[in-house]
Amino acid sequence: MATQQKGPQLHGLMAEFATPTALVAAAEATRDAGFANWNCYSPYPVEGAWEAMGHKTPMSKLTFLGGLTGAVSAFGFITWTQVVDYAWNVGGRPTFSWPAWIPPTFETTILLAGLTAGIGMLAVNGFPQPYHPVFNVPEFVRASNDRYFLVIESADPKFDRAATTDFLRGLDPIGVHEVDE
Amino acid sequence: MSLLEVDVKNRANLGKPDFIAQDETPESVTESISGVIYGKTYLWWIVGLAVGSSLLGIGGIGLFWLLAKGTGVWGLNMPVAWGFAIINFVWWIGIGHAGTLISAILLLLNQQWRTSINRFAEAMTLFAVACAGLFPIFHTGRPWLAYWMLPYPNTMRVWPQFRSPLIWDVFAVSTYATISLVFWYVGLVPDLATMRDKAKNMVVKRIYGLGALGWRGAADHWHNYEKAYLLLAGLSTPLVLSVHSVVSFDFAVAQLPGWHATIFPPYFVAGAIYAGFAMVLTLMIPLRALFNLHAYITERHLENMGKVMLTTGLIVSYGYFTEIFMAWYSGNTFERFMMYNRMFGPYLYGYWALILCNVLVPQLMWFKRFRTSAFWLFFVSQFVNVGMWLERYVIVAMTLTRDFLVGSWGTYHGTIWDWAVYLGTIGLFLSLVFVFVRLLPALSMTELKMISPEGKSAGGHH
Repeated sequence: MATQQKGPQLHGLMAEFATPTALVAAAEATRDAGFANWNCYSPYPVEGAWEAMGHKTPMSKLTFLGGLTGAVSAFGFITWTQVVDYAWNVGGRPTFSWPAWIPPTFETTILLAGLTAGIGMLAVNGFPQPYHPVFNVPEFVRASNDRYFLVIESADPKFDRAATTDFLRGLDPIGVHEVDE
Repeated sequence: MSLLEVDVKNRANLGKPDFIAQDETPESVTESISGVIYGKTYLWWIVGLAVGSSLLGIGGIGLFWLLAKGTGVWGLNMPVAWGFAIINFVWWIGIGHAGTLISAILLLLNQQWRTSINRFAEAMTLFAVACAGLFPIFHTGRPWLAYWMLPYPNTMRVWPQFRSPLIWDVFAVSTYATISLVFWYVGLVPDLATMRDKAKNMVVKRIYGLGALGWRGAADHWHNYEKAYLLLAGLSTPLVLSVHSVVSFDFAVAQLPGWHATIFPPYFVAGAIYAGFAMVLTLMIPLRALFNLHAYITERHLENMGKVMLTTGLIVSYGYFTEIFMAWYSGNTFERFMMYNRMFGPYLYGYWALILCNVLVPQLMWFKRFRTSAFWLFFVSQFVNVGMWLERYVIVAMTLTRDFLVGSWGTYHGTIWDWAVYLGTIGLFLSLVFVFVRLLPALSMTELKMISPEGKSAGGHH
């Protein structure tokens, strides 16, 4: 826990790197040092970073569930409208003419699976999120451009302001910045 | 990747220009792409937008007259109840398909050259679908009642006829529009964050910031993002194939000669991709020259697009050949007459112009000299744009004007109001394209950074 001080509370400590390889090396060192509450920031996906964090993504399962919901609800709904609620007798043909319902069922499956994947991903990531402490660091403006950052949060049980600063300095960063809450 | 694979890959790339200049860094990518937006407004942009919005104005007049007088002002009659509206609808939807092909199918096939052109092509898809959607809605005659096509509980107690391809079309096109928008927006979020961080003006920063939703490039977010992006690509691939198949069912399920053919779904899908790549080239070649994007849209991109055009053009040509063959082989008088009528009837100019545009001229793409020349690619693309419109004109007008009974034959010509609305959608498309390239990053900065040498060193893949 961060100790109560004058001025804003400390969210964590941020190390800045020039290359993605340096970021991945730092992430692996941070994991090996036993930190739990930390994250990497990069202008584009860096696979080694989330692998070091041991992050698992729920997107595949969620998307499958979205698609399943679409398939079952569309087919069930069409069956209900055409067979139960308002059955049309067209030239004595069967009312349960399910092959004709495959195209709209397919489209609805894709619709719900796609919305789950796209909008669901943004929701799982917690967006929209108007405020986050990392934006308080002026250097962080380059996280969407060409710099790579690693933040160890003060909420981490192993966090100690002086020791963690030394640890991050040891990872050969361009700089170490304090992140105000 | 095994050593052998690396070797094969290196050898394949030997002597070919890269998909991105090798001195590009993440920073230079940000500077050039955001520079297009934060840079000055060029005169050609103002002229382009003026042309686009003028055409849009003509469309506005056309729609005003249509709404004031009814669909009778169009050239519709009996037997041709489907005219320009369906021709233009199919033409626009087809153009949109290249965007999805580039962003989804080429991603799954691990084709890195898609990276520089996917954002732009996806935007083109959205704008083309917006143009396409106007036609069936206005063709209903009472566009304010277009929601009747959706299944909702109503006082009339009826549901849409789910056995009809026209209702499948409502589902296919609305799903296609929605998923294309989601795919495009998801790809745009990290780039909007870059735009937010590069903004100097507070108001501009807020506007891009709203779109970026607070994106900060966290590794766990990127992981979810990459997975979601791949899933969206996997879902869009069967979707795009289904959309034009369903559009072709509008024709193929009817019993009219020239429509009732099993070749229609694959032939329509290939035609859609053909038309779409022609439109991508039509827009990309001037854009590349005007914004000086040669580092990102290289000769190799242009050549690959030329190859895709050649391939899909050959599939479409095969479709035309199959139609002729089946008309003869079926032994059916009406089928044979339909084909004779196409080639030598009152609309023969349409058919032969179509063969010239879609079959003959694109054969230039066999030659590397033409495939690698921006001028010739642009030249051939114009023929394909016109040819694909003529294809739908031939399919719709020739079949409907000469059906089974001579007593029900008629003629069909678009009126000035048909042309006004058609020009209006071209104006809508151009206006949206011009606004898009000025306000949003037309090339994906995120993905360009991933294929730059620095991004590749991080094991960036796709």
